[in-house]
Parts: sequence; structure tokens; C-alpha cells
Amino acid sequence: MTENSLNPASWVDKYADYLFNYAVVRVSDAEIAKDLVQETFLAALKSAKNYQGAASERTWLIAILKRKVIDYYRKINSKKGKAEVRINYSSQSDSAGDWLEENVADPFSTLENDQIENAELGQAIQECISKLPKKQSAVFVMKTIRGLSTEDICNELGINPSNLWVMVHRARTNLMGCLNENWFKL
Amino acid sequence: MISCEKASTICNKKQYKEATLLEQIKFGIHLLFCKACAAFSKKNKKLTILCDKANLHNLSEQEKEKMKVKIELNS
Repeated sequence: MTENSLNPASWVDKYADYLFNYAVVRVSDAEIAKDLVQETFLAALKSAKNYQGAASERTWLIAILKRKVIDYYRKINSKKGKAEVRINYSSQSDSAGDWLEENVADPFSTLENDQIENAELGQAIQECISKLPKKQSAVFVMKTIRGLSTEDICNELGINPSNLWVMVHRARTNLMGCLNENWFKL
Repeated sequence: MISCEKASTICNKKQYKEATLLEQIKFGIHLLFCKACAAFSKKNKKLTILCDKANLHNLSEQEKEKMKVKIELNS
């Protein structure tokens, strides 16, 4: 395997969306997520000399972002008490005196997993998109994620509609194959 | 009668709700006797559902440009 090296100029193009998605599902605020990604890049630049090439660029960046997300939660919970979880009896009169057991999450419910699963799914899709050829991913992202109209995309990229549909088709078939391997067979 | 190639294009258009009624009818008839396209259509729909469920986010080009500038200033 070749030695991993850092190439800051290509970071934004290659990893910004992936990192952004990672952050956004964890802090559930696009603005904050954007700032975190930005901070991650800057922190990465600062500590670039410590990078030993053991992990891939992306793994390394994600590791930094993970710390940034933790730092963010530490900051908003800086007062000790805020981090504590308090469970009180419900103060509403009709349920006053009910036991705590009734406030506990239903152990047989699987609904809570949905959100976690969706976050992981987003990660998997983003990873597959980043593996696509550049043109295909550009078209797919514009069409599916940003929801632009066919006309706008054609104008922006200077291609004709039938060209666009061919690209969408190739992107979708590639994604199907990729997700089939990385998502359904986990 | 439409070819499988055309059918797949219509199928892709359908995922973005851009297929016309006539196209959809042609596609429906094609699916009746073409197993391969039926399978493709099923998978394609699944992909659309997955993408919706994942609620993907992306940064806009301007924001990326801003980030690039900042990285260059700091490197």
C-alpha cells in the first residue's frame, strides 16, 4: 500500500460534504455543523506535521471532527448541572403520583434505532457518492440532494438533457451496486 | 413499443417526478413483459427511498469556496 499523504488543497472538494453530513446528524444544526467542519480543516492544517500517514486522510479528518463535536457539547454544557439528567414526577395533576416506571422508554420499541440507522445510512450513501466519477457525482448531488431542476443543471454544466439522464442513470446504477455491498450486506 | 434503454430513462425520470403521463403509460406497458426492467425499476425505487430516508445534506458551492480560501490563508 502506498504511504498516505496530506493534500489540503483537495480537502474541501473531497471531504467537505462527508464531514458536513457527519456533523449535521450529530449536532442537528446546519450552521453549527458548517462551523465545525471549518474548524476541523483549520485544526487539521495546524497539526498536519503530526500526521504520520498511518490512517487515510479521511479517517484522520473524521477523528478531528469527532473531537470538535465533543468539544461543542462540552461547551454548551459547561455548567456542571446542565449535564445532569433529572427525572421528576410528572407535575400534571392527572398523572401526579404515577410511578417512574411509566416514564421509562419502552424496551421493546425499535423506533429509537431509526434515527441512528438513518445517520449511518447517510454516511454510507455519502461514501458511495464520493467513489463515483466526478461528473456523475456532481449531477447526482445537484439533482437528488440539492433538488435542482433539469434545466438549471444543464445550464450550469453546459450539457443537454439526454446527456444528463445518461449521467444520472450511470450514477444511480453505480450507487445501487455500492450500497448493495456496503449497506445491505453489513 | 419502447426499448429497454428508453424505459430506463423514463424510470430515472420517474424518480424525480419528471416523467410525462404518456411516458409513464409506455413504461407501465413495457414493465408488463420485461422482467429486467421491472427488477431495475424496483431497485431504483429503493434507492430513491433510501436517499429520502437518509435526509442528505450538502454544502453549497459558495460555502465550499469560502472554506477553500480560509484553508489557503492558513496553510
